[in-house]
Amino acid sequence: MALDVARIRQDFPILHQEMNGHPLVYLDNAATTQKPRQVIQALVEYYEGYNANVHRGIHTLAERATDAYEGARAKIARFIGSPSPNQVVFTRNGTEALNMIAYGWLRQRLRPGDVIVTSGMEHHSNLIPWQQAAQAAGAQIKYIELLPDGTLNQEHYDRLLAEGNVRFVAFSGASNVLGTLNPIKEMVAKAHQVGAKVAVDAVQVVPHMPVNVVDWDADWIAAAGHKMLAPTGTGFLWGKMELLEEMEPTYFGGSMISEAHLSGAKWAECPAKFEAGTPNIADFIAFGAAVDYLSSLGMENVYAHEKALTEYAWERLSEIGGIRLFGPRQPRAGLISFDVEGIHPHDLSAVLNADGVAIRVGHHCAQPLMEILDVPATNRASFYIYNTQAEIDRLVESLLHAKEFFGYDV
Amino acid sequence: MTSEARHPVNLSALYQQVILDHYKKPRNKGAVERAVLKKHLHNPTCGDDVEVQVSLGEDGRIDDVKWNGRGCSISMASASMMSVALKGKTLAEAQELMQSFYRMIQGEEGNYKALGEIQALSGVSKFPVRIKCATLAWHCLEEGMKEYEGGDANG
Repeated sequence: MALDVARIRQDFPILHQEMNGHPLVYLDNAATTQKPRQVIQALVEYYEGYNANVHRGIHTLAERATDAYEGARAKIARFIGSPSPNQVVFTRNGTEALNMIAYGWLRQRLRPGDVIVTSGMEHHSNLIPWQQAAQAAGAQIKYIELLPDGTLNQEHYDRLLAEGNVRFVAFSGASNVLGTLNPIKEMVAKAHQVGAKVAVDAVQVVPHMPVNVVDWDADWIAAAGHKMLAPTGTGFLWGKMELLEEMEPTYFGGSMISEAHLSGAKWAECPAKFEAGTPNIADFIAFGAAVDYLSSLGMENVYAHEKALTEYAWERLSEIGGIRLFGPRQPRAGLISFDVEGIHPHDLSAVLNADGVAIRVGHHCAQPLMEILDVPATNRASFYIYNTQAEIDRLVESLLHAKEFFGYDV
Repeated sequence: MTSEARHPVNLSALYQQVILDHYKKPRNKGAVERAVLKKHLHNPTCGDDVEVQVSLGEDGRIDDVKWNGRGCSISMASASMMSVALKGKTLAEAQELMQSFYRMIQGEEGNYKALGEIQALSGVSKFPVRIKCATLAWHCLEEGMKEYEGGDANG
């Protein structure tokens, strides 16, 4: 069913403003999405109605806060097909979730000579934690080759796994720069065949399409709430229960122990074990509201909407002379990175901004990928549920304006 | 329609014609023969990359300046204009010019006539994220001079 975009847009107060004299066109959703009234309202209701600390206190406010906070966990678990809410560990963002794997599991097990396999298309969050762990252990990192069309060379991946000693594999489900959708299920299965554990950076996947973690069979996934309508400061780590049980906590203190003595302590069950201290209660309750919002739209419909928009954008952008679009045409995530010959992304973005069009320019926290693509930076337009074809027309119009401004033939 | 009429954000104030001219026809790109001062800097957040090379004549004045790099129009035009302005200056004069440029780019009131056409970059002070672009070549000069003077004192 097609999304009722006009109605959806009514739910996003921020979209109804002028930016530099033009109606705002927000195409930086891969960085963070806007928040609907329902999410903002969830914050207001919590702070005005039942603000209290969770998991302690017998009074009613504390019970209501705990129910809402744990209720959000259950909603997120259902949203990704998790067998249990207890497998969803709340984090600040995707980066923290991936670091928890590095500090809580990988570093204890990595030995000299072990191999980590990842790729050159990764966001720094899915690269630096593994580099650091490898360095500390004297282990080796091998990178899956990137093909010219922006997909990973699966034969090369097979070879790397066959070379042996692979203990851990990490890759992104969708590239935040190229838009490439990696074959998650196949890549996970291959890693498991050689006995490696697998983490999937699903930050650019979970907000955009139906997800079933049981079907993927990954050992861990990381995602970020603020890229799917929720407030900033929300992300989660999902893991297989036996691995979460094996893992060491990253932070120690209140809320994460079952018993504490002067002689030592025992950890609480998952997920409390990983959530030391007072958590980000309000924002996770609002994350629950964001999941409700997306669920009511239907993730199949969200994906279809983005797919159609991205296909339209690809077509329109291709009409522009001197443009280079990165990554495969299809299948792809709802974002397109591009380069316009002769115009540096910062200059391009300055003109777009003056026209009210917000895109992201820079290295997108993927500097190794910029080196592989041999560009200093790229422009990136990324789409979400409230974007329209008319907004893509505005993007194209503004790109032509930029070319004209910098003295190129349009 | 002029771009001013279309844009409350004054693009023409940021991108004056002289900037676009230096961007499209950069002056003094390349390497000098006997560089006494040479510095390469990179701004990882936007990918701007500049190297500046300076040679001195027997009278101690800058007799050649060349630069190389890639980046946005602001960073490239700034390097190009700087290279033109530095020729014939003593290092002390170059230092003075640089300090004057830094003050202008931070938006300080003042008389910047000595900067000549470089004044075209004054509009950058209204776009804080772009100040780093405009100052990159000048930072090459600054650090290059520090290294040169340090080496000179030691040698």
